[in-house]
Order: sequence, then structure tokens, then C-alpha cells
Amino acid sequence: MPEAPPDEPSALHIEDVDVTYGRAVSALRSVSLTVPPGSVVALLGANGAGKTTLLRAVSGTLRLHRGAVTAGRIRYGDTVLDGKDPVAAVRAGVVQVPEGRRVFPGLSVEENLRSGGLGLARRGRAEARQARERVFSLFPRLAERTHQAAGLLSGGEQQMLAIGRALMAAPRLLLLDEPSLGLAPQMVHRIAEVIREINAQGTGVLLVEQNAGMALSLADQAHVLEVGEVRLSGPAAELARTDAVRRLYLGETAEDDQGAA
Amino acid sequence: MTGFLDNVLNGLALGAVYALVALGFVVMFKASGVLNFAHGSVLLLGGYLIAVLHDDLGFAGALALAVLSTAALAGALDRFLLQRAGQDEQAAHIQTIATIGIDILIFTDLARRIGGDLLSLGDPWGDAVTELGPVTVADSRLAAIAVSTVVIAAVFALFRFTPWGLSLRAAAEDLEAAALMGVRLRRVRALAWCLAGGLAALAAVFLAAFPAPGLERTTGQIALHAFPAAILGGLASPVGALAGSLLIGLTEALVVGYESDLHVLGDGFGEVAPYAVMLLVLLVRPTGLFGAKGAARV
Repeated sequence: MPEAPPDEPSALHIEDVDVTYGRAVSALRSVSLTVPPGSVVALLGANGAGKTTLLRAVSGTLRLHRGAVTAGRIRYGDTVLDGKDPVAAVRAGVVQVPEGRRVFPGLSVEENLRSGGLGLARRGRAEARQARERVFSLFPRLAERTHQAAGLLSGGEQQMLAIGRALMAAPRLLLLDEPSLGLAPQMVHRIAEVIREINAQGTGVLLVEQNAGMALSLADQAHVLEVGEVRLSGPAAELARTDAVRRLYLGETAEDDQGAA
Repeated sequence: MTGFLDNVLNGLALGAVYALVALGFVVMFKASGVLNFAHGSVLLLGGYLIAVLHDDLGFAGALALAVLSTAALAGALDRFLLQRAGQDEQAAHIQTIATIGIDILIFTDLARRIGGDLLSLGDPWGDAVTELGPVTVADSRLAAIAVSTVVIAAVFALFRFTPWGLSLRAAAEDLEAAALMGVRLRRVRALAWCLAGGLAALAAVFLAAFPAPGLERTTGQIALHAFPAAILGGLASPVGALAGSLLIGLTEALVVGYESDLHVLGDGFGEVAPYAVMLLVLLVRPTGLFGAKGAARV
């Protein structure tokens, strides 16, 4: 296991992965997808389709939900991630921003950011300062509130802090779970800009979203999950034109609609 | 007749020792959601080790070895026994019950070894006393206040400034989010148990020192007065544990000091007082003095 994230981004390979909760409930069946180095991949799907489960499988937190990868393989570059502790993913350079932000409400903004570096074994002050400067340049608002308790921030600010906290680990691949959830349209727009900027700095993004319009506008590739299986895959722009995606996820009604959406 | 100041000073000393134990309860609870009912027996073990080792190793050597032993024991209990049940809230309840069994095992063996004896721990203060103006106070009690203050300040510094402390506080707020940051939950909570175990051995020294007659097999139960202190403080709040301990210590010392005036309450009310105070506080503030969201962990 490398001690620090590798400098070159790698590809995330998810190959034929099955996930089962409590040894009985099958949540994912034979899911395969790849996030090429430095690209943005969107994962769409309704509630309960298995999007969050897939991220948990990558980040190693399935066990906290009594789930396990029962078949298949998850690799980031050469590092095998399935069945490992979350710290393995963080050290490999893969960091997840959880759904619903999940900042530590009683800790200060400063401490929340410091917590983002807890998974790295040892790192120099210079690297830590660099990571912090990157976060503050992306989110100047956080720099003004370093001593405030995170629980007192607005929803949008908390989302920024959650992303900033993950960036403190200097990830090569960021897993984002519903970053637009519960945010005002203006803030959704701002978050989208930030994701674009983070990606432009060389960090890959696997983006789970219900807001398909936003996700497809950001992504290179997209996949649609339905009841635990990948239903559609392709370039994001192409998927955005397919009837099924437009009807189900973009809220448009096709003229020759055959059934109720 | 014992003066008011004497009682207050005794209460502070008692509170300082309870604080070492209560802080242990809080640290373990914060890290794992488990109420460790075996903590009193771990404390007794620490005291027992000092009692049997101080002839050969000297007091300091015996204390050091006892602190390391109880730290290792508590950490190992958590890491290799309790953690097998899992990390979630449901598992924490199972683990809490398991500590009752562990307590019985450790206590039964120690009680067999100690029997009806009073063991001296060979502490350097003996029965010396110091005159502080109008009050006379045992040196061991002054030492208890001084040592507890330093040690507790150090523990608070650990919480605040070390990666372990940050990991512990983050995990207590949101286990899964902490895991996602790469916090090694198992290691962090086992270390918390180690810390609590070490603090218990230290507390044993002062619970057995003058004016107490020495270490006896019930010393572990006396230490459990720190239990209401931790609960009335808020159970997950280190500051609350401090406040609760001082409150309990003062109450106990004052009740014992004025027992003759309180005889309507019957003899030995000092034993009950900590729990009475706990109930009174919980009636007014059900989550404890410093418990924001109660004892629930996310």
C-alpha cells in the first residue's frame, strides 16, 4: 500500500461487482464501470437503485452497514479496494464526500478540514499547507469562518466544507454522493462550477446525482443504475439525448410517450 | 469539629480523584458508546499490582508498571473482545452488557487474592499532613489535587491537539464520515480504552492513600461514585465529567463532614449522596449538565 497518494492519477475499475447486505439482500448485481484517470463520470438512478451502495463498496464503508462485496473486483490503478478498510481507499487517493454533507457539526471549520488529513500516514507541513490553500482558494468563504462550528454553517457552506475536507487528503479521485441535495438552484450552480474546477486541476470525479441535468452537463461518461444493475452506459452527451434518460431523469415528456413516467 | 474549609478541601481532593475515573468512563463512552462496568475492577487491579510490586520495584516503578498493565488490559478487552460485536449502536449495548461479565471475572479473582486484607501501596506521602492556615490537610490529598490537575490538563491537550484526539471527536460525532476520512476506528477506540485504563490505576493510588486505610477489595466499588459523576456531567462530555466529579466529591465530603447534623437521613448517607445528586441533576437536566444531545451517538 503506498504511503501517500500516487502523483499520477489512475483509473478506477469496478468489475462485475455484487454487493449484499446482511448476507441476504442483494443490492448490486454484476456492476461494471470504469472511471478513466482525471475524468468525470456520472452515476444516475432513482432512490434505491444502488448508487450509494456502489460508492460504499469503493470507499470501504459497506461493513459499517453490514454489507459486503460478494463477487467481482474493485481496483484503483494497481491497488485492490474491495474488502479493504476505508483508510486503504484514502491512502490510494480515493476519497468520498458522503451524501447529506455529514460535516462534524460540533467541530470547528478548521478542525473539520484537519480531519480530512487524518487518513494519511505522514505528510509534510508543506503538503498540508498546499492542500489547505487549494481548499481556501476554491472556497474563500471557509477561510473567513475557520473558528466557527461547522453545524452553524448554511447548507451550501456545509457542502463546500464537506468537499474541502475531502480535498485535504489530496485525492486523485473524488467520490461525490449527491452534492446538490437540498441546495438552492444558485448553490447547485456554484457546486457544479467547483466540481469543474477541481476536475480541471487533475482530480477525477465519480459523481452520483439525482439532478441528472447537472450531472450530465459535467460528466464525460455516464451510467444509469436501475435496481442494482447498470442499465445504460455511454458518453454523457449521448445519454442526455436518449428518450429513457430524458423522460425519467430530466423531467421531459417525450411526444410518443408510451407509458406513464 | 471539622471546619467547613476542611470539608471543602477534602471534597476537592475526592472530586479530583473521581475525575480521573469519570474521565475514563467518558473517554470510553465517547469512543465506543459503551458504558464500561468493568472499570472499577480494572482500577482495583491497578491498585493490586502496585501493592504487590512496590516492594521490589519501588513506588514509582510499580505505579508505572500498573498504569501500563491496566492500559494494556483495557485496550485489549476492547480490541479483541468487545469490538468483535461490531461498531454500531446496537453492538454498543451488547458490549455494555459484556463488560458486566468481564467485571465479575476480574473482580472475583482479585477478591480471592485480596481477601479481607488491607494492602498498602507504599505511596511516598504516608500519613503526613500540611497546615494551610486554619486547615489541616493530608499530603496525599494535596498530591491528588495536583496530580489530577496536571494529568487531566494533559488529557484535554490530547483531545485538542493530537490526531488521535481529533479522530476520537470526529468519530464520536459521525462514525461513518470519520471512517471516510480514513480514521482507523478500531485503533482510535482501543487507544481510548487504554487511556481510561491507565487513568484508573492512577486513581487507585489516591483512593487507597491516607486517610483511607489502604487498598481493599471494595475500593473498586468506591470508585464507582465516579459513575454518577460521569452521568450527571453528560456522559459524552469530558468537561461535564470534571464538573460532575467536583460536584460529587464536594457533596460527599460535606455530607460526611456534617453527618451528625444530618442524622435524620440515617447513617452512611455519604454513600448514597452521589446518586441522590445525580438524580436531582437529571430531573432538571435530563441530558446532564453538559450533554447537548443526550447520550445518543449518531
